[in-house]
Amino acid sequence: MTTTATSPAEAGEGRAVGKKTPGAARGKSRRPGRIRRIGLPYLLLLPALVLELLVHLIPMVMGIVMSFRELTQFYIRDWGSAPWSGFDNFKIAVDFDAPVGQALLHSFFVTVLFTVLSVGLCWAIGTAAAIYMQETFKGRGILRALFLIPYALPVYAAVITWVFMFQHDNGLVNHVLHDQLGVTDKPSFWLIGDNSFYALLTVSVWKGWPFAFLIVMAGLQNIPKEMYEAAALDGAGLWQQLRRITLPSLRPVNQVLVLVLFLWTFNDFNTPYVMFGKAAPKAADLISVHIYQSSFVTWNFGTGSAMSVLLLLFLLVVTGVYLALTSRGRKTADV
Amino acid sequence: MSRIRAAAVGAATLTLALTATACGGGSSSGGGSNDSPKTLTYWASNQGASIAVDKKVLQPELDKFEKQTGIKVKLEVIPWSDLLNRILTATTSGQGPDVLNIGNTWSASLQASGALLPWDAKNFDKIGGKDRFVESAIGSAGAQGKDPAAVPLYSMSYALYYNKKMFKDAGISKPPTTWDEVVADGKKISKNGKWGLAAEGSNLSNNIHQIFVLAKQHGADWFTADGKPDFTSDGAVAAVKQYVDLMAKDKIIAPGNAEYAQNQSLSDFSKNKTAMVLWQAAASTFKSQGMKDDEWGVVPAPVQSGAPGQGQNVNSMVAGINIAVFKNTKNLDGATKFVKFMTSDEESKLLNKTYGSIPPVKAAQEDPAFNAQSTGVLKETLAKSAAPLPQVADESQFETAVGTAVKELFADAAAGKPVTTESVKAALTKAQQSMPTK
Repeated sequence: MTTTATSPAEAGEGRAVGKKTPGAARGKSRRPGRIRRIGLPYLLLLPALVLELLVHLIPMVMGIVMSFRELTQFYIRDWGSAPWSGFDNFKIAVDFDAPVGQALLHSFFVTVLFTVLSVGLCWAIGTAAAIYMQETFKGRGILRALFLIPYALPVYAAVITWVFMFQHDNGLVNHVLHDQLGVTDKPSFWLIGDNSFYALLTVSVWKGWPFAFLIVMAGLQNIPKEMYEAAALDGAGLWQQLRRITLPSLRPVNQVLVLVLFLWTFNDFNTPYVMFGKAAPKAADLISVHIYQSSFVTWNFGTGSAMSVLLLLFLLVVTGVYLALTSRGRKTADV
Repeated sequence: MSRIRAAAVGAATLTLALTATACGGGSSSGGGSNDSPKTLTYWASNQGASIAVDKKVLQPELDKFEKQTGIKVKLEVIPWSDLLNRILTATTSGQGPDVLNIGNTWSASLQASGALLPWDAKNFDKIGGKDRFVESAIGSAGAQGKDPAAVPLYSMSYALYYNKKMFKDAGISKPPTTWDEVVADGKKISKNGKWGLAAEGSNLSNNIHQIFVLAKQHGADWFTADGKPDFTSDGAVAAVKQYVDLMAKDKIIAPGNAEYAQNQSLSDFSKNKTAMVLWQAAASTFKSQGMKDDEWGVVPAPVQSGAPGQGQNVNSMVAGINIAVFKNTKNLDGATKFVKFMTSDEESKLLNKTYGSIPPVKAAQEDPAFNAQSTGVLKETLAKSAAPLPQVADESQFETAVGTAVKELFADAAAGKPVTTESVKAALTKAQQSMPTK
């Protein structure tokens, strides 16, 4: 690691020296200046670029390479020796007639449904809260701070607390729903079986909406008060102000917000893993944990990587289409 | 401008190349060395009631070892839920401990990965020879016909622990010896919030241990003789159904047990909520939970009929913990010395007494302490009626795939959904199909 960190810096220095000498020899004093001016941004970008390579791109490339290899327990110790397997891993992953492919497809649909619901609810709750918080009233500051707590808590501590609350025998949720309110005939299971989907959704929304709240609140600060005053003079009610002024003004903010929430939720690993451990219930089998499990169940990291690559492609396509659609929308709106 | 771009690209390429080789090359070095002879890292499995208890038990012994050899041992106690993943990660990266504990059922899987030092005759000589150890324990340290991948450290077997007070309250005078009796007694006890038997429905390994024995009792094995998965035989299906039916049909296991995975069944037992638990070496945990030794009893785990023995009367797996040396160790001699120390007669006696397990070292087993009420049953089971889990390379995959299937069936049972021969067979078929084909 240390060698990697120093080498680009050395390369950078070497380059600067190399540039200076011929420039001085030719006696053109303007050229180095120009180079420095144009080169500076690149030089400043270099650390970020190197880190981006190290932290994101190289593991990604490794993952792609792995997906073309038969990386089983027999090779994990020296995975350079794992044989190439062409598209075999991908064939296993997308063979929807076989159990591995079926399970992946099931997990994909669960994840899509989960993401749509979670992002929708996070956005709706966050936006509603942000709009209400626009009014000045006593205790607003405290309430704002309170709303941000779920976002500020460490994921593990927050989710494990939810796990305790969702326990069948001693959990708070069953105590309230069953013992006190009598909503259910008998205590429900939240961490296993079909209800686990709702348990997971609850935690995800609880954890995610403060971010939406924060971003929308920031967006609302930029809407001039005069617009509301003018609208009120023209006789627009609260609902019309919301529809005609607030939401359109928030559009650019929302575009980014929804995309970010979508990517985070779709990829979320911590929440389901802390809640359910290695073997997530079928109803809450999110794709990130599913891929993890597929790698470790069969100790076949090649197949797991192939699934990851498919997920990457899917997210790329979704993001690309989303950005294309929303930017086109913005252009026409500008016109 | 273009030169700068070229330089930037060059730097990036260089970084890429360096990192790629650094990552790829990390684990390819051949074997151990003696580069750092003064320190060792030891990953211990969680044997006591908690990780803190384990640290308290082991640290004085490590200090003793340091006094004898001058080698400082850095101890990390790793919970069971993490241990296998940690070992896999260490294997992949080549960065791991020097010495580690493994569940003996993983021996063959880890052996196949080549991460562990093989214990050939030469290595065994360094720790006093293979003959010092009980044969069945050595049999659970690697695939047949290969040098063991580890050395047995603690041996255990399953037994039926029963809560004397709850049995008395229900008017039961004699603990059960067959499954029919377990069910009959369980039904007498299972009322008013009390339950007959405990299960750890979400603990994959525990599920496997139970259904392995039950399958043996139904005359079935989970792998064929040549090591292929065979999960859907009539015997295997009957075994899983019988186990899940204890909750679904017989209703002697509390539905809440379906989500247990953290040994909650032991605390239910000490709190007089559950009367029976099938466990390996539970004595020390009961003690730490405030139960007196005369408040519980222990008998051999149940069989279908007759007395425990071999064949269809097997009533336990050969359970145990092995100690292994990580092949990439930088202190090979020190690691071997540490294994010698941990498996010495004296340490074997001391540690096994503390944990309520049985020493796999023959000489240590002679100690009269291991004939006491709690350990006598375990020792006898190990000697007469225990069978090792299949020592095949795919064993861990089996634990995860079938263990998950049983977990899901328990979830069905807990939710009141029917558990039928067909649904069990379907779950096991799916598990078998997810096993590696090569």
